[in-house]
Amino acid sequence: MSAINDDAAGPLLPSDPGDRSVVARDPWQSLRQYTAARIALGRSGSSLPTREVLDFGLAHAQARDAVHLPLDVAALQSQLQADGWDVIALTSRAADRAAYLARPDWGRRLHDDALPLLDAARSATAPRIDADDVAFDVAFVVSDGLSSTAVQCHAAPLLQALRPLMADLRIAPIVIATQARVALSDEVGQRLQARIAVSLIGERPGLSSPDSLGAYLTYAPRVGNTDEVRNCISNIRPQGLVLTQAAQQIAALLRAALQAQRSGVALRFDPSTIAAIRSDS
Amino acid sequence: MRYQHAVGLRRYTFASLRELLAKASPARSGDYLAGVAAATAEERMAARRALAELPLSRFLDEPVIPYEADEVTRLIVDTHNAASFAPVAGLSVGGLRDWLLADTTTPAMLAALAPGLTPEMAAAVSKLMRNQDLVLAARKCRVVTRFRNTLGLPGRLAVRLQPNHPTDDPRGIAASTLDGLMYGCGDAVIGINPVSDDPAKLMTLWQLLDELIARFDIPTQSCVLTHLTRQIEAIERGAPIDLVFQSIAGTQAANRSFGISLAMLDEAHQAGLSLRRGTCGSQLMYFETGQGSALSANAHHDVDQQTLEVRAYAVARRFDPLLVNTVVGFIGPEYLYDGKQIIRAALEDHCCGKLLGLPMGVDVCYTNHAEADQDDMDTLLVLLGTAGVNYIMGVPGADDIMLNYQSTSFHDALFLREALSLRHAPEFEQWLQKMQLIDEQGRLRDSRRSPMLPALTAFAQAAS
Repeated sequence: MSAINDDAAGPLLPSDPGDRSVVARDPWQSLRQYTAARIALGRSGSSLPTREVLDFGLAHAQARDAVHLPLDVAALQSQLQADGWDVIALTSRAADRAAYLARPDWGRRLHDDALPLLDAARSATAPRIDADDVAFDVAFVVSDGLSSTAVQCHAAPLLQALRPLMADLRIAPIVIATQARVALSDEVGQRLQARIAVSLIGERPGLSSPDSLGAYLTYAPRVGNTDEVRNCISNIRPQGLVLTQAAQQIAALLRAALQAQRSGVALRFDPSTIAAIRSDS
Repeated sequence: MRYQHAVGLRRYTFASLRELLAKASPARSGDYLAGVAAATAEERMAARRALAELPLSRFLDEPVIPYEADEVTRLIVDTHNAASFAPVAGLSVGGLRDWLLADTTTPAMLAALAPGLTPEMAAAVSKLMRNQDLVLAARKCRVVTRFRNTLGLPGRLAVRLQPNHPTDDPRGIAASTLDGLMYGCGDAVIGINPVSDDPAKLMTLWQLLDELIARFDIPTQSCVLTHLTRQIEAIERGAPIDLVFQSIAGTQAANRSFGISLAMLDEAHQAGLSLRRGTCGSQLMYFETGQGSALSANAHHDVDQQTLEVRAYAVARRFDPLLVNTVVGFIGPEYLYDGKQIIRAALEDHCCGKLLGLPMGVDVCYTNHAEADQDDMDTLLVLLGTAGVNYIMGVPGADDIMLNYQSTSFHDALFLREALSLRHAPEFEQWLQKMQLIDEQGRLRDSRRSPMLPALTAFAQAAS
């Protein structure tokens, strides 16, 4: 097979780490404008060109780091406190990342040590307990989930953007939870006696989206709730749903759920942006 | 019934066939999550030794899920073919392993046995097999299927072209499809996983692929992998549907969680047949499976995930499919933790499916939270190519930007053809040669000289 070296097929990046003289280039580069898929990569014989191997490796490395680098809880806590929030940090029953990945059930329940922290926070900060036995309108649970990167980068700015949109609501102290799944917000919300729990959680990282944050809203959070009672706003990141827009959608969802006194499939809230979720996180 | 095995002074007891099978399974995270795995390595081997001694006929007397409670069990029991079973009826599970691997057991004998094997028998023997046994036994099975081409012939490898796009954009899908065709992929099927459930959007996708296949006279078939109720509705509205797709599992309750039943599958199969769109044959069902799906629906009845997976194949074979695909690493590390577990599961699924007479493909894949990487996938690719897998997936650059996981790429298919001298499906191969995309040996030619590229590019640019 003849080697192809056709400069007209498209410009090589200046930093090409491979040997352009033996890479067969694909003359349909222009179709890349229609998709983010990895098309027209060219080939070295039957294999990927060196540059593509390295690009893929970097994307996978970033996704792996998003899963495995621990959330810097102290830094996030300082950031949130500087923004004026009360903050509680706690953990799930999964002792480490390996346990977290293998046992979703442990990531859905609070460590025993967390319970008194939540009780104390509720007593100290709840303005009043209303007739329905409710202390707060909303409890936010900021959870590492499957991308600490997403949480580290986007959680605090997202809450800042949300703040003016919910000035009239009683907001519980922000909970930072590690080794946590979405359903952990059920136990947190229940313990804090919140009407609604919102889990802001790192989503399973894709190869080109290591920093995607998800927001899962549950009305009447209770241990044992299942996915059909939750609403999800997904793909919150600069290249996806931008923070200001995400904040507006979350606020609108909060209002809708408070008014309807339910969430999930039964809420029927703008299906184009908010879908009933699939169990993943 | 209770089963026992002694190791030295220690006696291991297993309360049921279900428990024996689970404890004999190679270690994997999903069985630990379900609480059915062996507690120790020694207990696992004790279970295997007890299983090896068990007569195969015992499986006909003790279903792992009760007949009354589960329509998949009823299907397995009611369609068991005693005449096909006869050659191995007197064997134990361990004896079946030896029989499968024996020089004197021919591909024709394995094909004749398939209707006599229950899923549980196949699962049981696979638990006694090493990876190399799973390769050789599967390699001996020949499962050939036909719709618009011929899939599964020895020395051939087909590829599902998977041109997914996060908003179902027709031009984006057409661009990825062009990429795959130019790399010689798409003989198994051109199959889109749609994001949308909207009938109008789905219709656009069916029509796009139909027009592409007709315009360029490609000897292949298309599929839009949406729920079967959507496909039945679309057939009633005149959609050009080649293959009818559905995800299936090994218990009635898990299938219910997918929103299907055997009766619904039968209705969808009949609807597909009514269109008479095949030219070489009329096998038109496309099923996807994967270990762990029943547990994730809490519908596993304390059966291990590999045995449940093989039970899903009993559902598949009822409908004479063109393609069955185990999406092995998609479900995540709580079911298959790492590359080792994914590789093992893929070889089991492929071998057990082939033993039951199914045209098995494997989605060699992983997610970013599994302990796996491209090297694991390369290893598995070579193993499956050697085992004679009917087809693999082809995703641009191995990166599915809609489903957010890593599968195999068009380049991976090239690699496997080159490494193991595997050719395309014959009708598709002739078409690729006519389009000057491959040479006489089946190798890719300089794509700039293809007479098809300008027209195909124009097609992609105009897609809507």
